[in-house]
Amino acid sequence: MADTLFRTHPLAHRRAALAELSAAVGGLSVYPEDEVAAVDLRVGPVGPGGDALGRALGTALPAEPNTWTHTADGQLIWLGPDEWLLTSAGGDPAELERELGWVVSAFDGAAVDVSAQRTSLRLRGELARELLSLGCSLDLRPTAFPAGTCAQTHVGQTVVLLLALGADDFRLFVRQSFAGYLADWVLDTAEELRAAPCHPAALANLSEE
Amino acid sequence: MQLIHCPWCGPREEVEFHYGGQAELAYPERPAELSDQDWAEYVFYRDNPKGPFAERWSHNAGCRRWFTAVRDTRTYRFLGTAKPGEPLPVTQQREARV
Repeated sequence: MADTLFRTHPLAHRRAALAELSAAVGGLSVYPEDEVAAVDLRVGPVGPGGDALGRALGTALPAEPNTWTHTADGQLIWLGPDEWLLTSAGGDPAELERELGWVVSAFDGAAVDVSAQRTSLRLRGELARELLSLGCSLDLRPTAFPAGTCAQTHVGQTVVLLLALGADDFRLFVRQSFAGYLADWVLDTAEELRAAPCHPAALANLSEE
Repeated sequence: MQLIHCPWCGPREEVEFHYGGQAELAYPERPAELSDQDWAEYVFYRDNPKGPFAERWSHNAGCRRWFTAVRDTRTYRFLGTAKPGEPLPVTQQREARV
């Protein structure tokens, strides 16, 4: 009889290590997030296609590059001048693909279920930006990267879709096969935050030695 | 690291981009009438100027879109970028072909 395969989270094996890190470093909380349905939407940015899609989703497509908006149960993220990513916490991926595909096909657009492509890691806390800045070249300060912005860029050696949810709150969508690498990168890079060498007391100790 | 200005995403690190060769190559108007030599020149022969050069670049790690950039081949400095179909940001130097 064939074994039954259960679906597991790509970061299931890193969950304990990330929880330990979050407990050990004050001001940093890192955890894998639950899987969400994701649909890649392609449609002409100007004209009736974008409007029809906006009506179907209940919110206008973010036209400004590198921004995202809320939907009822997820996010609508700018990926390119004619490309968006819709995430939905409760939606059925196949159903979303079918429904939205029906809407955009009239305008030479496309909707593709890409739920299995990415998984997400959440970074929160006052040290989250500090940690990311060790592997990401973007200016992530709230003045330059406020809530509602996003970027597709490198963190360490991997490509991520980085979302600012708040001033010290980031969501990193990463390809499932690179998720383990990203989690390991976070664990490795956070080592220097454990020691907190920039803390005044620690610096005083160093100078005495 | 040098920053390249993606027309959509803004300034990003050079490693996010991919080079795509010379820009503004027009497809032959009457392909059926081209000789082997003409085809060879269209497919393989490229300008190699010393100075501003219009090139295609792709923002691979970001929006994955192609755009045109004018780069100075002497200094590797980017003089400007433009979306496809937009006029070149800087006039490029073309080598006279003998």
